[in-house]
Amino acid sequence: MTAVVPGALATDAPVATGPEQTAGSRRARRGWRALLGRPTFLVSVAVLVWWVVLAVGWHALGLQPFAKSGELLQAPSAAHWFGTDSLGRDVFARVAAGARPALVIGPFGAALATVLGGTLGLVAGFHRGWVDTALMRFFDVLLALPSLIFLVVLVGAFGVSTPALVLIVGVLFAPGIARIVRAAVLVEMGKSYVQAARLQGESALRAMLTELLPNVVGVFVVQAVLSLGAAIFITASLSFLGLGSQPPAADWGLDINANRAYLQAAWWTVVFPGVAVASIVVAANLIADNLKEVAE
Amino acid sequence: MSEPLVRVEGLTVAYRGVRVVDGVSFTIEAGGSYGLVGESGSGKSTVAGTLTASLGPDADVSAAAIVVDGSDVPTLGRERLRRFRRDVVAVVHQEPGLALNPTMPVGRQVAEVLRATGSGRAEAESGTVEAFTRVGLPDPDTIGVRYPHELSGGQQQRVAIAMALVSRPRLLVLDEPTTGLDSTVEAGIMALIDELREETGFATLLISHNLPLVAAHCERVGVLRHGVLVEEGSARTVLGAPSEPYTVQLVEALPDITAGKAARGTTEDDVLVSVRGLRKEYDGAVALDGIDLDLHRGEVLGVVGESGSGKTTFGRALAGLVRYDGTVTTAASAAGDGPGRRTPPVQVVFQNADASLNPRRTVRQVLGRAIRLLGGEGSAEDLAARVGLDAEVLDRRPAQLSGGQKQRVAIARAFAGPVPLVVCDEPTSALDVSVQARILDLVLDLQRTTGTTCVFVSHDLAVVRRVADRIAVFDAGRIVDVGPAEQLFDAGRHPRTRELVAAAFDLRRRAGLVAAVPDGVVDA
Repeated sequence: MTAVVPGALATDAPVATGPEQTAGSRRARRGWRALLGRPTFLVSVAVLVWWVVLAVGWHALGLQPFAKSGELLQAPSAAHWFGTDSLGRDVFARVAAGARPALVIGPFGAALATVLGGTLGLVAGFHRGWVDTALMRFFDVLLALPSLIFLVVLVGAFGVSTPALVLIVGVLFAPGIARIVRAAVLVEMGKSYVQAARLQGESALRAMLTELLPNVVGVFVVQAVLSLGAAIFITASLSFLGLGSQPPAADWGLDINANRAYLQAAWWTVVFPGVAVASIVVAANLIADNLKEVAE
Repeated sequence: MSEPLVRVEGLTVAYRGVRVVDGVSFTIEAGGSYGLVGESGSGKSTVAGTLTASLGPDADVSAAAIVVDGSDVPTLGRERLRRFRRDVVAVVHQEPGLALNPTMPVGRQVAEVLRATGSGRAEAESGTVEAFTRVGLPDPDTIGVRYPHELSGGQQQRVAIAMALVSRPRLLVLDEPTTGLDSTVEAGIMALIDELREETGFATLLISHNLPLVAAHCERVGVLRHGVLVEEGSARTVLGAPSEPYTVQLVEALPDITAGKAARGTTEDDVLVSVRGLRKEYDGAVALDGIDLDLHRGEVLGVVGESGSGKTTFGRALAGLVRYDGTVTTAASAAGDGPGRRTPPVQVVFQNADASLNPRRTVRQVLGRAIRLLGGEGSAEDLAARVGLDAEVLDRRPAQLSGGQKQRVAIARAFAGPVPLVVCDEPTSALDVSVQARILDLVLDLQRTTGTTCVFVSHDLAVVRRVADRIAVFDAGRIVDVGPAEQLFDAGRHPRTRELVAAAFDLRRRAGLVAAVPDGVVDA
């Protein structure tokens, strides 16, 4: 997800001359400053960074998500910040380790969905005609299916391996992104600069990539971040249903399901993984909102 | 003498410390007509906005007096302001399509105003029909059930005027009311306003960039420049004997319909493009209905007609931007050289330079790419210099350019290489008058030095007259008249041509811009 920087909004065809570069970087700098002045953006980025650090470094921090480290179902205390679960495992360690599956399938699925949906939307909006009609009707069909049921079927067919899940999430989110990108492309096609480029003998591919794409890249970025949140949510839902990670793996959806029965007696076993999922989804959405507002 | 209807003294408006209106004072007598002229950005709409207290909260307004019909506008409270807007002023905006609610039948929109002024339901209904009759809408009894998109631009503006007048205002503010409408529709709308003004005795404030229009329909005229009222006086004096250099410049920049360019020797046999039986339908509506025409190498063909006459579609068909029936054969492609199916590089200069330039490209990138693609010579710097662009704008993006500069870039792009044909589709109609004159000169100059054949599409006869060797008049998808530009005013031309010529002359005659009118024009 390296594309999620506002600097990417300002990058352009690399015919770089001196003043051109300064103009571009000045715009980028102004974008950054506007973003850094927004508290919701800063907090959301901090939340995302926090989860990334835990996902990558829980080993190094010496956390033990699989070992019995205390009494069963202990309430949060100094020794166990988030308490312990029914097997005596540290809930904090499990939540920290659970960030890893969430941050593998979600981002890669969202990236795949953005590339796939974005490309199809670009092509459909640019070519119009039967290509557009065929693609959009097909997407209508996909969007009409209830996504979770559709997922369950796909998981049944392709299994629960990580690559399969990434592919499934990518395919699931692509149609929505395609439609939004297509709408943005249609707006741009209404302006005559694409026509002018074609009249000058620019090829269709070049017109799409160098004329059209830079003007809709903002939409791409916002959609990528939005679908990141949704993808993490859907991954957690899948493992909650037992269609993702399998016990004893540390996984938020899995833990919520496993500890459902203790909600009344030991709320911390469910609430902390739940808060983890919610925080990452909300953070991704807020980042997308902020990017959109700054880009406008 | 009694207090004038509108008295504005020392009006200054600033946005974040930037003054857009600076010390403007004027008065409008009851029943009088006042025109504010200025180019875009001169602050004329802002002045109008202060009269109805409808500027945004970030506008910093200060004035010794803004009095309309005895009310001191800035001091009105909410409720009194509402009543003031209802009873005293009405505004007709530039875009009737935007001023009308698209989801509501037009009759209901007018009736709503009547209801707000306290009429009963039945009264409002009959009042609406009466208002539609007064503004000359067809079928006033039944037209009210239609939605705005079912009406033409001229009809929409008539509805907006009807809506403005049902509350019997003392002052009618017209903010560019006919920009975007055809010349004959414009003449109809303005005649209607003049007539209603005489009948009902409201005063008008007409805001426009169109000098002849303002002069023809206003008793007094004020010329705004950068927020300062540089000249004011009776319409005849301001246009006939302007004293300020800026006004002189504005008047001189007007395209003179009687002056065309020197006729060039026509080479009848050297046909570049031959159009035969060109037809185009959009969902059953005929846009082009069998066009036969030969374009000669090196000529400028002017194409005039009202919107919907097919002139723009004709230009787009020549450029291959629309599918069509019939044949368009260019001499170059008929020779059949070159491998592949590369289309002949017909270039188009679009009306809206804003949209025709990629917002993310610098001028240098646009021109450099055009030179490479069209096989031109020299660098982007040379090309920019040829179209009168400073070297410093080369690294700017379109958003940092003025309207005239953008159109210069678009023109440079079209003439970047040895293209046989350039289609100019209303290239100056979005520009201010003084800029328009310079852009027309530029097109002519480039056309002359490169010998490129040009098709120049415009609704403005005076503009076409200035650049064209030959003029084709379009009406309802057909060419009704075609001939050398200098014979345009001859008696015995097609009635449609005479109508267009008469409409153009009428405005200028009333504005005192042309002393004599050629024979055979006035009677139309």
